[in-house]
Amino acid sequence: MIDLALDFAYVCFGLGLAFTAWRVVRAPGIVDRILALDTMVINAIGLLILLGISEDTGVYFEAAILIAMVGFVSTVAFAKFVLRGDVIE
Amino acid sequence: MSLGLIVLLPFFGALLPGLLVRAGRDTAAIGAGAVTLLAAIGVALNAPEVLRGGVVSQSLPWLPQAGLMASFRMDGLGLMFAGLILGIGLLIILYARHYLTKQDPFGKFLSFLMAFQGAMLGIVLSGNVLMLLVFWELTSLTSFLLIGYWRHLPEGRQGARMALGVTASGGLAMLAGLLILGHVAGSYEIADILAAGPAIRSSELYLPALILICIGAFAKSAQFPFHFWLPQAMAAPTPVSAYLHSATMVKAGLYLLARLWPVLSGREEWVWLVAGTGLLTMCIGAVVALFKDDLKGLLAYSTVSHLGLITFLFGLGTKAAAFAGVFHILNHALFKAALFLVAGIIDHAAHTRDLKRLGGLMRLMPLTFLLAGIGTLSMAGVPPFNGFLSKELMLEAALEAGHAFGPLIPVAAGLAAAFSVAYAGRFLIHGFFGPVRHDYPEYPHDPGPGLAISPLVLAGLAVAVGLMPEPIAGGLVRLASGAVTGAEIDTHIALWHGLTPALGVSMAALLGGAVILAAYRPLARGWAATPRPEARLIYGQIETGLRRGARALTAWLLNGALSRYLGVFLVVTLAAGVWALGGAPGPETRPMLAVPPGVAVFWALLVLGSACVVAFHRTRVLALVAVGIVGLMVSMAFVYLSAPDLALTQISVEVVTVILMLLALNFLPKRTPAPEGAGPRAWQMGAGVIATLTGLGAGALSYALMRRDFAFEPISDYHLANSVPGGGGANVVNVILVDFRGYDTFGEITVLGIAALVIYALTESLLGGPASRRLIAWTPDQARAGDRHPLMMVVASRVMMPIAVLVGVYIFLRGHNTPGGGFIAGLVMAIALLMQYMASGFAWAQARQKIYYHVLIGLGVLIAGFTGIASWAFDRPFLTSAFGHVHIPLLGDAEIASAMAFDLGVLLTVVGSVMLALASLSRIARRAGGEVLSGLPAPHDDDAEDRR
Repeated sequence: MIDLALDFAYVCFGLGLAFTAWRVVRAPGIVDRILALDTMVINAIGLLILLGISEDTGVYFEAAILIAMVGFVSTVAFAKFVLRGDVIE
Repeated sequence: MSLGLIVLLPFFGALLPGLLVRAGRDTAAIGAGAVTLLAAIGVALNAPEVLRGGVVSQSLPWLPQAGLMASFRMDGLGLMFAGLILGIGLLIILYARHYLTKQDPFGKFLSFLMAFQGAMLGIVLSGNVLMLLVFWELTSLTSFLLIGYWRHLPEGRQGARMALGVTASGGLAMLAGLLILGHVAGSYEIADILAAGPAIRSSELYLPALILICIGAFAKSAQFPFHFWLPQAMAAPTPVSAYLHSATMVKAGLYLLARLWPVLSGREEWVWLVAGTGLLTMCIGAVVALFKDDLKGLLAYSTVSHLGLITFLFGLGTKAAAFAGVFHILNHALFKAALFLVAGIIDHAAHTRDLKRLGGLMRLMPLTFLLAGIGTLSMAGVPPFNGFLSKELMLEAALEAGHAFGPLIPVAAGLAAAFSVAYAGRFLIHGFFGPVRHDYPEYPHDPGPGLAISPLVLAGLAVAVGLMPEPIAGGLVRLASGAVTGAEIDTHIALWHGLTPALGVSMAALLGGAVILAAYRPLARGWAATPRPEARLIYGQIETGLRRGARALTAWLLNGALSRYLGVFLVVTLAAGVWALGGAPGPETRPMLAVPPGVAVFWALLVLGSACVVAFHRTRVLALVAVGIVGLMVSMAFVYLSAPDLALTQISVEVVTVILMLLALNFLPKRTPAPEGAGPRAWQMGAGVIATLTGLGAGALSYALMRRDFAFEPISDYHLANSVPGGGGANVVNVILVDFRGYDTFGEITVLGIAALVIYALTESLLGGPASRRLIAWTPDQARAGDRHPLMMVVASRVMMPIAVLVGVYIFLRGHNTPGGGFIAGLVMAIALLMQYMASGFAWAQARQKIYYHVLIGLGVLIAGFTGIASWAFDRPFLTSAFGHVHIPLLGDAEIASAMAFDLGVLLTVVGSVMLALASLSRIARRAGGEVLSGLPAPHDDDAEDRR
């Protein structure tokens, strides 16, 4: 049962990743692309967690935490750049 | 005293005058003189051993791994030269003290002179040809400095450049020749080369080696066709001319010919090349010298001629001739140095060296006249002076050679002798005889004792050697020429040895010289009317041509288009790769791994991201977003391929890079302009093809590599096996970083720290310079919206801070055994700090920053360094790690490894470097942005101060 659930989740997150990636390529504005990149990071974190579950190890979990912790910082930086031009004011 | 120390002494002495000259010129001269005297005493202490017929030698390891020894040796020849260098050196220092005026920087002069003296001693006392060559080049360099000592004189600079150009190019040729010689002999030790004489002479490489070495020796000793630099070098102060360009340096080439005489002479090529060049130079020099009006110019060409004479004697290849050559080296050094010093005295007193403006000095400068008389008569070869003795021996050798090689040789030698009589006579008669004139630029008078002592000593020696050759010089010359020929010499020098043919030629030369001098005026008119090639001008043309050629080549290669350099580089790399691997890289020995569909998606996204970077590269922010995809996918790949350490590093570096780029992008054009000179569309397509092919090539190479086993055993097995028992850590990556390759890491964090400091320094100078005004006048190129510091972000980031630091500490502490370590922890902490800067503002964050980032960097490098040094206390090499287990109450057993302290150093350096670099860059925006939000002045908020 868990295998089936894992496969389903893999497909979901994989599709999510692919769609968000497409959003980075084709989008009406820069904000959409930044948001899409941020969502890609979240999807990637999800995939990492799934990988950890399927291989029954905690190593990926920690990597996922770390990515979650620092991954959004670049989104913040992009957002500040778009809004104010200067990242550190 | 050891020979190595003797050679080093003058170099130490070169440091003294610069300091002593503040205490007065006398003190500086005494200091330099004392060092020279000390070196001379050292040579004298070694002399008894040499005089008994032995060879003093000393060998120190230089590069023992490469079989190179710093060996010194002193035999009779070395002793004679060392004595000349140091003895005349002392006299020159005394003379120079009184010759140079107060305006001349005397300390600098003495420093150059002492350095030259050390280099010259090094040449004659080296026991290894490669070391000899190093000293050889050093004499070229110091001679360059000395010739150009009067920097304000254009002819000084020009002469210095020419001398350096000629002698250094000769040195290059000589290097090749000596390498060949060493290759044939199987050793670069002079003793071994001397022993390998027959093998070298029968080798087929003999001729190239001979020619190359001769080019070097001839260039140094001003032999035709390289003679032209010596007269140009006369722009040097007279003591330099006397020391370098008559007594010592120009004899270095002769020294080398003498040193290699037993090895290279004995074949007919040697005689033709060396004796022929010498004879030609002797004649040309003698003729040109006659028509020079400048006293120093006359002496320079006469030196060329006399050097030719000695070269000729060595070239004949007989023992008697070699004996005469060595004897003349000694004699020439004595009388020619004295004559140069006399020329300096006249220049000093009359403010001219032009023979046409002189004359009648006999009455005004009787002492100088006496000195000049001794010198010139000796130079002319008039008995009973020393020059006569060696000239007789030369004529004898020439007559002897005439039997073997035809009568041209004695005729040419006799002619050169006659001309030397003529120019010596001209120096004396045109300078000192005749009526006293009233139009000297300065009314001349005899010099004081300071200037007179040195030439007096030299002239006195010249007379003494002439009158009593055997007791004074005989033993030394026999010893030196014995060292040259490698055989016992039993020739005795005598003032009178009967009515020989040589005496006849000598008398004829005296007569002929008198006749030539009597007919000087018509001869000079004829000489002036004769067109002749000027070697100096030809050299100038060659130099200009070379310079133009080099400039054209540079302009052709470096046209400023980076894309072109990259294109050339890539095409060559690609061609080399195809050439090397295109054939058969061997069978594929490793299996292809399965590609699950999930992984394929990742791969496709990676390709997509890369393609996006290319497609968006003109719009810079978009390109940066696309790079984000690539970074994310690479980190995922690292995780999937079981390298979590790398994944963590990658993702942290990614964040820092984005912030760095955005900081810079604020001030840069938001779109990349089309490069200038990109060429037509076809060119751009070509560039695209090259780029694609290179990428495919790199991919193919990786594929080929990964499908095959390594040619050598990979080192990873060793690391895996020794990580826990040797390094005390289960995380191999971290153990490699802090233990196995700890030294590399130490170097890397040092470089990282330096880079951050350089960024700081550059920003600092940028803000202080003219760019500062432009920055203040700068207006943002895009509209600004919203809040400076949105409340939500401020709160979130402040809550995040302790968590992030805690995670950093955790990652750091566990790094030795599970993924993590100082580098990643440092990046995580730096990102946490950066968040505060971004969310709450620069001023707010800076005000709470109590420690300078510079201090963090320094502390980090120091901690890492001290961890390494600590292992010395246990008699272990640098950075040997140790580990053990301690029991901590409540927490249980914990492992403590010295590597952890090292890792702490890494962490601090990383935090400090990242923060310093980013804070420096953001200061540029501070300068442009104007006001800063509230808050106390930061501990080092220089901007606030600047603005006040």
